[in-house]
Amino acid sequence: MSLFIDPEIAARVDRLELPWNSYGCDPYGASKDYLARGFTVAQLLYRHYFKIGIEGIEYVPARGRGMLVGNHSGGVALDGLMVIASCFFEKEPPRLAQGMAEKFMARTPFMGLWSTRCGQVTGLVETAEHLLADERLLMIFPEGARGTAKLYPERNSLVHFGSGFMRIAMKTQTPIIPFGFVGGGEAIPTIANSVTLGRLVGAPYVPITPWGLAIPAPARLELTYSEPMMFDGTGTEEDEVIEGYVEQVKQRIAGLIEIGRERRRKALSWSGSEDRSIFTFDGKNGEQP
Amino acid sequence: MRVLIPGIAGVLGQRVATRLLEHGHEVIGIDRRPWRNAPQGIELHDVDIRKRAAEDVFRKRRPQAVIHMATVTHLVERTEERFRINLGGTRAVFEHCRDWGVEHAVFVGRHTYYGAAADSPLYHVEEDPPMAVTTFPELADLVAADLYACTALWRIPNLVTTVLRMVYTLGPTGHGTLATFLRGKHVPMVLGFDPLFHFMHEEDVATAICVSLEKRVQGVYNVDGPAPVPLSVIAKGTGRTPVPLPEVAFRAMLGRFGLPKLPPGALAHIKYPVVVDGSAFRKATGFQHEMSEMRCIRDYREAFPIRA
Repeated sequence: MSLFIDPEIAARVDRLELPWNSYGCDPYGASKDYLARGFTVAQLLYRHYFKIGIEGIEYVPARGRGMLVGNHSGGVALDGLMVIASCFFEKEPPRLAQGMAEKFMARTPFMGLWSTRCGQVTGLVETAEHLLADERLLMIFPEGARGTAKLYPERNSLVHFGSGFMRIAMKTQTPIIPFGFVGGGEAIPTIANSVTLGRLVGAPYVPITPWGLAIPAPARLELTYSEPMMFDGTGTEEDEVIEGYVEQVKQRIAGLIEIGRERRRKALSWSGSEDRSIFTFDGKNGEQP
Repeated sequence: MRVLIPGIAGVLGQRVATRLLEHGHEVIGIDRRPWRNAPQGIELHDVDIRKRAAEDVFRKRRPQAVIHMATVTHLVERTEERFRINLGGTRAVFEHCRDWGVEHAVFVGRHTYYGAAADSPLYHVEEDPPMAVTTFPELADLVAADLYACTALWRIPNLVTTVLRMVYTLGPTGHGTLATFLRGKHVPMVLGFDPLFHFMHEEDVATAICVSLEKRVQGVYNVDGPAPVPLSVIAKGTGRTPVPLPEVAFRAMLGRFGLPKLPPGALAHIKYPVVVDGSAFRKATGFQHEMSEMRCIRDYREAFPIRA
């Protein structure tokens, strides 16, 4: 047992319901050892460094295929890490959310290796469908790299959603569990994105913060899941139909972001204003289906 | 059934031939290489598959089924010669099948057909295009032979054609690309990369080929064994020491210091995985692999131990 592995977390990794082989690897390259090490670090961030409020984790299915779909918040994949951590630490038995990583990651030494060993696969339609056929839980950010490029003033907005995830969900009859993530923009307030620096490390760009590097500040984060959405069809419908469905998911996520913002405001405000916060929270909640 | 096996003297050819003989089939082989101690009852012809004498074997013996295993897969042979053997030989086999009333032809190909690249999907299905040609020109002849065999599906309607794309072999014979790569004490790896390797035991390879013959399945199929395993795990499991080298150093050191010699294109196959989905073959034939990944690795380690 390595020095960097918390035995309790290793025991939790053992309880992940994945088809491990005799070497502790799963068919997509995830490894128990790496996961235990990764979640030991993630736990520090999830439980101690950031303050994170989670709502609606019960909507994440305990078993069977599912697609977590949400917004990007913050210049590095902090949001993804927190979503994965919430499914691992809050679910009983724990679940591994598998992200669809950017293609440049597979080409970058160590980055691709680490992400694969921790269950994160390259974002390809074929691989996504295969994972869903194996009843896995996917994590998808339809904004893609456009989403992590959001600057500080745009942190709670949504940019264009790709529609690939919707076609896959319909083809494979997978429930979509929308989530809204708030606070990543405060943790990593991007003032500019450097394409030149990005080229040096092989990434599309590198976010620049007031303190230079994109090292996250210990901000308060809010993660809100909502009830699953099912879309009937085959995934071969016309673009207009698919885009209509994507818009529904986008609207739901926009609502979840507002719920998260309210909760964040309430948590950060003085206790005296608590009543009012609850009132606005309910009011906002009432607007959302 | 009378079965003709071009390439019978290879490690896998011998296994398949022996297995078919045990199952009560009549086995005829064509190979330039000798097969010493071949079992009684196997008829061997020392002819070149591309020459006229090979056609005479078809003409006289009239096999009902042909298992084409006469492809060169190792990279020692010069590319041009490999190309002639692989493509010319495959063409000859299928032409003879057409002309001499063969009912079923099995082409034994490789899963490296799909090629390794950063953006290629895990679990290739049979529809996926071959990407190896761009990343690894040395493999072009194998890809071409595979595609040529596939054309028999529409060119020769009376012939049932099966194209198998088999994953790497790993087992006690030490046969195959992966096994050869693992032969030394040190296994070179590219620093920061550790791809999944898909392999199966040679006993399972023989089973899969025999099953495809018995079930007479038509079409193109990936054939796999246990789930893929990272290269570093295979290296350690077989008692080797993985040596991660930065990519620049890796290129410079290939073929020196006891490291295997590889063409530059092979590097992609040590950085990125080639993993296939073999479910269609399992469904069509009922094939099940018997040897686990641990068994393959153990058998190889015991057959090729590293002495301190």
